[in-house]
Amino acid sequence: MNSFIAFYTIIKKEIYRFIRIWPQTLLPPAITTALYFLIFGKLMGDRIGSIDGVSYMNYIVPGIILMSVISHSYANVVSSFYSTKFQRNIEELLVAPIPNWVILFGYVGGGIARGLLVGIVVTCISLLFTHITVNNYVITISVYFLTATVFALAGFINAVFADSFDDISIIPNFVLTPLSYLGGIFYSVSMLPDVWQKISLANPILYMINAFRYGLIGVSDIDIQVSFIITGGFIVFLTLFSLLLLHKGIGIKN
Amino acid sequence: MNALSIKNLKKTYSNGFMALKGINLEVEKGDFFALLGPNGAGKSTAIGIISSLVNKTSGSVSIFGYDLKTQNAKAKSCIGLVPQEINFNQFETVKNIVLNQAGYYGIPNKQALKNAEKCLKQMSLWDKRDTVSRRLSGGMKRRVMIARALVHSPKLLILDEPTAGVDIEIRRSMWKMMEQVNQQGTTIILTTHYLEEAESLCRNIAIINDGMIVEKSGMSDLLAKVNKDHFVLDLINPINEAPKIEDYECELINQKTLHVTVPKGKNINLLFQQLTEKNITVLSLKNKTNRLEQLFMDLVNE
Repeated sequence: MNSFIAFYTIIKKEIYRFIRIWPQTLLPPAITTALYFLIFGKLMGDRIGSIDGVSYMNYIVPGIILMSVISHSYANVVSSFYSTKFQRNIEELLVAPIPNWVILFGYVGGGIARGLLVGIVVTCISLLFTHITVNNYVITISVYFLTATVFALAGFINAVFADSFDDISIIPNFVLTPLSYLGGIFYSVSMLPDVWQKISLANPILYMINAFRYGLIGVSDIDIQVSFIITGGFIVFLTLFSLLLLHKGIGIKN
Repeated sequence: MNALSIKNLKKTYSNGFMALKGINLEVEKGDFFALLGPNGAGKSTAIGIISSLVNKTSGSVSIFGYDLKTQNAKAKSCIGLVPQEINFNQFETVKNIVLNQAGYYGIPNKQALKNAEKCLKQMSLWDKRDTVSRRLSGGMKRRVMIARALVHSPKLLILDEPTAGVDIEIRRSMWKMMEQVNQQGTTIILTTHYLEEAESLCRNIAIINDGMIVEKSGMSDLLAKVNKDHFVLDLINPINEAPKIEDYECELINQKTLHVTVPKGKNINLLFQQLTEKNITVLSLKNKTNRLEQLFMDLVNE
């Protein structure tokens, strides 16, 4: 059994799926983020001035790019894997001699690919409004990739537990979106009262956005090392948990 | 070596329902084997466990000598499954469905293309290879599932009610395809509610009822156990009561229809002779049920 071929088959199928439905997957983030840049960056940003010595437009660009990466890497895996369960295509995978890690990484790989592609689209849109010189390519690309991985894994777990289409929209609507907005996309946490600064530290997205902002424009409220440790920790935990779910067959067998 | 060996297989679902109560089953290599049973008897659970779609509670399953638990990948490589319900991606083309399945089995693309072409041609679907699967007819969708199950050349093909809901013409063409596949050396396990299908295709049979195997034997041995034949006679002239004929049980269904039970070993000429003597003229005669159906009913109602 050649696991690489199985992995390649799953990831190719996943990429083909979201490219085939590009008006639903790639176009909306381009329009939404263009509006963010126009309204928050241009119209309001000019009145706000600068944060940490950076223009407001440039300050919000990293957060908006990463928010798109987060929501789309999550959405891709949760919708695709749940549809696979719902249509019972999952049986094609379960009857085949595919190791669980190949199934997991195949779907997560599809989510990462969509997250990264949407991130590139949003970055291109941002360049229509401002000019950014990347502060550190290694940090930028690694945070970009690691964040997509974390949320693709989270989307996979959501899909495993989901029993209906409602279940795959609850987490994005009621958890991910609020945490993204409260993760310092539009503001610096140092602007908040002490108690809210401390509460904000419990939000993992805050660490990712700040690390990405550091990589892109050299500004961060958080120690970058801590951001990498937290993101890496999430990846390890979510990967092991996903593999356990697949091994036990929870949500996909019986 | 057996194609399939099941030992003391049990399955209890989380709601407490015991679907399998310790079944033992062996299917020989090259066999065309029927696994029959009424709805809810445990057939689909057994097939689900064999094909890794359902977790077993206890017992063991080995496929061509590979234990499903300890040599999972090797055991799975031997199996091709055609499930009861359509379960492929309805937005994919026919060719991609088959190619993706080959990819899941680790078959390189070049070989997968060859295998897909062969299987789709065998199922008379090659012309439809670029059609999106949701646009296919019900019979074609069933054949896509068979082509998909055959793409990695499995040694054991499991067909879970493959002809359910298809018309008689397609059903007969599918029988031919199944026979061809079996003649090429693939062991087949078939579940079906069409007992004439099992009777005409399968060499060995097991009947499962209430989570237990209640009968397992060769098809011809099993049919030899039929000790009564049931006939329905259409009469030319109406009669008011069923005739009394020694050794034969007659029951009047309506004035022009007579149900007769003929014991094994009794000849039917004698019946007609007696009817003629009683001025009863028979217009036509048909079997009330086929032999396997009668046995099946007897076994599951015991």
